[in-house]
Amino acid sequence: MVIVYIESVNGQLKKSSLEVLTYGRKLADKMNTSVGAICLTSCDGNVVGEYGIGKLFQVSDSKFSHFDSKAFAKAISEIFNAQGAEVLVLPFNQNGKALAPRLSVRLSAGLVNGANALADISSGFVISKNVFSGKAVANYKIHTEKKIISIASNSIPAEKIPTTCEVVATTTSVSEADFSTKFIKNELVSGDIPLSEADLVVSAGRGLKGPENWGMIEDCAKILGAATACSRAVADVHWRPHHEHVGQTGLAISPNLYIAVGISGAIQHLAGVSSSKTIVVINTDPEAPFFKAADYGIVGDAFEVMPKFNEALRKLKG
Amino acid sequence: MNFLVCVSKVPDTTAKIAFKENNTKFASEGVTYILNPTDEWYALVRALELKEAAGAGKVTVINVGAAENDQYLRKALAIGADDAVLIESADDLEPFYVAKEIANYAKTNGYDIVITGKETIDYNSFSVGGMIAEFMDCAFVSQVSKWDMSGTTAMLNREIEGGEEVIEVNTPFVISAQKGMAEQRLPNMKGIMMAKTKPLTKLPASGGEAMVSIQKFDEPKPKSAVKLFTVDEVDALVKALNEEAKVI
Repeated sequence: MVIVYIESVNGQLKKSSLEVLTYGRKLADKMNTSVGAICLTSCDGNVVGEYGIGKLFQVSDSKFSHFDSKAFAKAISEIFNAQGAEVLVLPFNQNGKALAPRLSVRLSAGLVNGANALADISSGFVISKNVFSGKAVANYKIHTEKKIISIASNSIPAEKIPTTCEVVATTTSVSEADFSTKFIKNELVSGDIPLSEADLVVSAGRGLKGPENWGMIEDCAKILGAATACSRAVADVHWRPHHEHVGQTGLAISPNLYIAVGISGAIQHLAGVSSSKTIVVINTDPEAPFFKAADYGIVGDAFEVMPKFNEALRKLKG
Repeated sequence: MNFLVCVSKVPDTTAKIAFKENNTKFASEGVTYILNPTDEWYALVRALELKEAAGAGKVTVINVGAAENDQYLRKALAIGADDAVLIESADDLEPFYVAKEIANYAKTNGYDIVITGKETIDYNSFSVGGMIAEFMDCAFVSQVSKWDMSGTTAMLNREIEGGEEVIEVNTPFVISAQKGMAEQRLPNMKGIMMAKTKPLTKLPASGGEAMVSIQKFDEPKPKSAVKLFTVDEVDALVKALNEEAKVI
């Protein structure tokens, strides 16, 4: 059996969870086995069914309203073991990155953290993932009986394969004493699309000359329904908030479309964005290294290009 | 308060990434190595700051890897760590066994705060910190951008989708550090001189049966040449994104 760990926010499944549901469904088909999902927060079994999962182990326990890697790992491993499952699939998001390694130790299961494609089971169990910050791909073979894979965001598009989902009310032995952290508060950036989950990202750098010029970037993001991002240089001088910084020391992202405006494309920046499916670069300098990593480009002044680009996007989006 | 800071050595960001033996091994010849940035800049420096603020305790750096890794530990000592431990093993020991060695060392030697960088820039697996915590059966808080201590309680900001959460945790705990936690410190001449005589202990690793192994490396799919448009051709670019790339 394949078990998929999913998460919801206010009852809605996260985008990364829909992707891992699809991944779990396809992997189970390949392995000719069944698939079930674990949710420790409340979610809709009908939605889980839409993505092809026939069983949802739903834990309804307010203790799990705040994330704690230790308690969550205990709960997940308990349900996984009770089902005698072979493969555990998680999203490679903030929580998944903390859970998967703990579960690897807890279940003595080989882990590939950040897989970018479906497993190849033609000879053993082989999973690919990006390494060296996107400069290469490594094919890992998992040798252990139990296996854990976490899936990098945007590696597999969520796909509806409707089936009927049986919701199994599930309890765990996790008690208050298993929780090792105390939640104080969230500091959320309101109204924005989370950068780590965004399909489309509009990003800008020092070429914009000052924080007051970001209006055209925000316009572009609004027209497209994209998230905004920035280069390290810009975050360091506080033109933009730190959570927007993508690159080696910032966030690594892999959206379908990354538009870089006034960013030269230093290797540290590319390390965070080179896995993007399509890259558009707008820069005044034809020698900017970013053009070598780009699919499309305009050599030109952002102040001249962006208003025209936004106008053209508006026309397309009607 | 004693801090155990885990440091890795990784190929320099600008190093050429190439493979050998039929693409089964990383070609390390001629590659310049550095301390993993998030380990050095954030995990180590914040531990030093907290120790200095407390006016007591020590900061130990630990690496599990090749015998010649002592040179990278000496750099961490030059930045300000008090002592260093090198658990000698193959350089590519998998995260599970690296974490097991570090957790054993922490438990045996009474460290109840262990810090790693959020990821290493070679295999990008975000794994060792969480594994150490599970081996120690204690809290793990990942991707921490702010860390303060009050007695044995840590106040942490942890990155989540769309923002941060503020949490508290008591020792023992493991955290992984990211940008925001501290600023890079450059070693000065005095630090470099002192590092030469600071204690560096070498211990053997035990290892174990492979749980995962890399079969083969692939180069990423080559990018076709960029398609350039002029400032007056933005409509054509939008059309290409819509009809050719199908991303908008």
